[in-house]
Amino acid sequence: MDTPVTDLTALTIAEARKGLDAKDFSATELTKAYLAAMEAARDLNAYVVEMPEKALEMAAASDAKIAAGEARALEGIPLGIKDLFATEGFHTQAASHILDGFKPAYESTVTSNLWADGAVMLGKLNMDEFAMGSSNETSYYGPVKSPWRKAGSNMALVPGGSSGGSAAAVAARICAGATATDTGGSIRQPAAFTGTVGIKPTYGRCSRWGVVAFASSLDQAGPIARDVRDAAILLKSMASVDLKDTTSVDIEVPDYEASVGQSVKGLKIGIPKEYRLDGMSAEIDGLWQQGIAWLKDAGAEIVDISLPHTKYALPAYYIVAPAEASSNLARYDGVRYGLREKGTDIADMYENSRAAGFGEEVKRRILIGTYVLSAGYYDAYYLKAQKVRTLIKRDFELCFDAGVDAILTPATPSAAFGIGEKAGADPVEMYLNDVFTVTVNMAGLPGIAVPAGLSGEGLPLGLQLIGRPFDEATLFKLGTVIEQAAGHFTAEKWW
Amino acid sequence: MSVDTATVRRVAHLARIKVSEEEAGRMTEELNSILGFVEHLNEVDVSGVEPMTSVVETKMRWRKDVVTDGDNPASVVGNAPVSDDDFFMVPKVVE
Amino acid sequence: MSLIDTRTPDPKKFINGATGDWEVIIGMEVHAQVVSNSKLFSGASAEYGGAPNAHVSLVDAAMPGMLPVINEECIKQAVRTGLGLKAEINLKSVFDRKNYFYPDLPQGYQISQFKQPIVGEGTVILDMPGETVEVGIERLHLEQDAGKSIHDQHPTMSFVDLNRSGVALMEIVSKPDLRCSDEAKAYLTKLRTILRYLGTCDGNMDEGSMRADINVSVRKPGGEFGTRCEIKNVNSIRFAGQAIEYEARRQIGIIEDGGTIDQETRLFDPREGVTRSMRSKEEAHDYRYFPDPDLLPLEFTQAFVDELASALPELPDDKKARFIADYGVTPYDAMVLTLEQSSADFFEKVAKGRDAKLAANWMTNDFFARLNKDGKDIASSPMSAEQLGEIVDLIADKTISGKIAKDLFEIVWTEGGSPKEVVEARGMKQVTDTGAIETAVDAVIAANPDKVEQAKAKPTLAGWFVGQVMKQTGGKANPQAVNEIVKAKLGIE
Repeated sequence: MDTPVTDLTALTIAEARKGLDAKDFSATELTKAYLAAMEAARDLNAYVVEMPEKALEMAAASDAKIAAGEARALEGIPLGIKDLFATEGFHTQAASHILDGFKPAYESTVTSNLWADGAVMLGKLNMDEFAMGSSNETSYYGPVKSPWRKAGSNMALVPGGSSGGSAAAVAARICAGATATDTGGSIRQPAAFTGTVGIKPTYGRCSRWGVVAFASSLDQAGPIARDVRDAAILLKSMASVDLKDTTSVDIEVPDYEASVGQSVKGLKIGIPKEYRLDGMSAEIDGLWQQGIAWLKDAGAEIVDISLPHTKYALPAYYIVAPAEASSNLARYDGVRYGLREKGTDIADMYENSRAAGFGEEVKRRILIGTYVLSAGYYDAYYLKAQKVRTLIKRDFELCFDAGVDAILTPATPSAAFGIGEKAGADPVEMYLNDVFTVTVNMAGLPGIAVPAGLSGEGLPLGLQLIGRPFDEATLFKLGTVIEQAAGHFTAEKWW
Repeated sequence: MSVDTATVRRVAHLARIKVSEEEAGRMTEELNSILGFVEHLNEVDVSGVEPMTSVVETKMRWRKDVVTDGDNPASVVGNAPVSDDDFFMVPKVVE
Repeated sequence: MSLIDTRTPDPKKFINGATGDWEVIIGMEVHAQVVSNSKLFSGASAEYGGAPNAHVSLVDAAMPGMLPVINEECIKQAVRTGLGLKAEINLKSVFDRKNYFYPDLPQGYQISQFKQPIVGEGTVILDMPGETVEVGIERLHLEQDAGKSIHDQHPTMSFVDLNRSGVALMEIVSKPDLRCSDEAKAYLTKLRTILRYLGTCDGNMDEGSMRADINVSVRKPGGEFGTRCEIKNVNSIRFAGQAIEYEARRQIGIIEDGGTIDQETRLFDPREGVTRSMRSKEEAHDYRYFPDPDLLPLEFTQAFVDELASALPELPDDKKARFIADYGVTPYDAMVLTLEQSSADFFEKVAKGRDAKLAANWMTNDFFARLNKDGKDIASSPMSAEQLGEIVDLIADKTISGKIAKDLFEIVWTEGGSPKEVVEARGMKQVTDTGAIETAVDAVIAANPDKVEQAKAKPTLAGWFVGQVMKQTGGKANPQAVNEIVKAKLGIE
């Protein structure tokens, strides 16, 4: 194979791995190609920090490993890291002003796993502040522009959120793959908006240690990648059993890549009627029907199922997530790290620092969360929402107990929208973006978003597959079927 | 349930976030919109339903009682806006 | 918590006010630091002291993305303590977050147990003069300690040290079953004794490893419970007594002057001996408790509890009962001897195979008084149990008199050595040979004919003859024998 150096960023992780093994190019050459592409793509604002020196140092170490015949699973593969993951000695600020200057003395378990497998860190990726948002517009570092545009339009579009930087960077080929996190849809929604593959694994599959917390009972890390195989390769490295995270589950991480391309014959796929929303666009419905047809053609059995509490997932989410966030974000008080504003006394210092340090959406959620936990309201809101959560989880359990192997739904109610298009709107309108994804977080299940087609305006649309707990392997099998039928979608370069 | 501006101010103080009059007014509207949205939960009958305490069905792991951490005050105060002699420093707290 | 009155009003405990008698109602929340190597949720050392922020992990400092992992020894210690309090052990309990802002609370919340604690209802028995008082335990839960703010080092800044942050505490909540400061002091003493026996808390109040929040209210005897005030962080048993006395009288004064009691938090100032309102903390708290989503419920089996129960040491109440039954000591002596495990062990060594009552007497009086005088404890005692035992033997077999024994005790205490050898070497044996005593008595009678006449009329003068004989024999004559012979020779009864 004789790949010109300029095209190295076009390779998937699997392809790059092959090229590195064959010594067609070096890890340093691969990294340099990405660093150049990153520089050329700064207009997207996908990275909050680029780390060329660190990247080249890690690439050189990878080249040494390859030369010694000791290449590891991700040797020399250049990745972007969401700013939510602690990276030792480097910018880790959750795209928030309140963490100004914070450089942790520790490395998150997920990123440690990646470096232990030989991956190269290109830089930290933009995101919604503290992962709160669905458009990457709440970042202190400004919005990320999607590499995608509507046909015949120059309007800047959102890449989705909160992992907007991750999705945009993967779609724009300014990293080979990226880490992301998903609390209510933050991996799957931006993946769907950018024509990339994103998987939120089962809660407890990836360690939360060293990942800045948003809502502890919902947060889960996962990859965004160019195709299903790359997502499987990345998840294998990211996932682990971690003694430092009590909610990390003691189940061995399987070889997910082995599932890619395996037969789906006989698998029972549930189609939940509650996901057919009133006023759902014909385009989204058509995509869903297409997906059903593809899986049926591949030998899967399609069954209608009911998840009756689906419509309560989003309201329950907007109680549980802000409540946990209001407590998790109490540590940002200007005492031990980050921004401190002056105050007449300690309480005034807290109030000024937090007023200046948090953006509007974060403040809104802290206030909602504080309110629903406050005296006299706990039972009506938080306790009720946690009970509804039990019912949501039970809906899924009943389907799985009835033999359903996975569930197919649309990933988002629409294609990407313009930056600023939903500004000033009712906050709830933005929250509705997560209507298809949030149930999965509420029940702790794995969910994958796979690109399935383009909208009439030429924007990517995705389908979501939801699996049984710790059965990510089945999602990779089914995702491959959709991917092979739908093909790949690449943004036309304009930046 | 809906909130008034006084409640928003009280909650903001509980959360230690300073809000201006203008912000309090705007946030009252936004919070009421969200509270109106979550009101849908009132339709659900949750009698006899246990609240979810953990989404994963696993037992909590315990740690052995050994000292494995600490003795590195420099890393503890390394990011502090103000520190002195390995102490964090804050505006004087009046007891 | 609903208040249930378990006590019958007792006039001995009333406080007399201007309008009559008042009854004091006291409940306690004792914070006892768990004995463990590392903290409740982190691997940093739980040891007292240390350089600033040295015993601090990134978890304790609440760095972003840090997660708590529970220490199994702290769980065991809480269960042991629950068993020692004869309490119900909950096989499933839940950790909650108590949310509030304070510079020595890095997470912005304290991990505690609110609705479902690890230990439920139990009992502590107090031996009060003339009665036994049963104090109900409401619950025991595990929680994190906070860090420390130092306010006097800088004109405008406070210094924050997180070494204590995250150390495991047991909060032991009593029912409002105490009725006077003496009972409150006895309760703290008894609780400390139990914790020390179990080895679950060192009970060292100087280092803050045991401190009490005391709820005090007053009422007309047997009437409705009054509004209570909470006296925070009392760190000595003596102060607890003083604080209650002051606070009860303060409340009585207010009510008698037509005022009402505001429910509030107060601090005891030991220099002035008064309690003061904590005005800066008066702001209404709203802790927004909810289950900590970083931690799964704490669950264990009955077998786990049973195993801990089987390895539990003998508890003070059981030991006391055994001392009374097996050694025949008085209930009071048994209580004193079992206050500390080390005294009880020492006593058993002294008493074994000896006159146990005599041993108990010597320990509770001379021995403890001497320790106290030197500011020593059992562990640093210059006199061993064997030495004291030998002294007891010498008294019991009448080799020495009680009076000589006191001299011997002092010699052995300061100079050491075997009591038997000291008695031999220094000729301290008492004279029981009646022939020798008779000779001495005869000599005194012969030398004092006038006294003999007087004594016949006034028999109490016999004592004078005994004293003379004792003087002549250098105090070594058996006083009883001398007394008998004197009376016989003088012909008085």
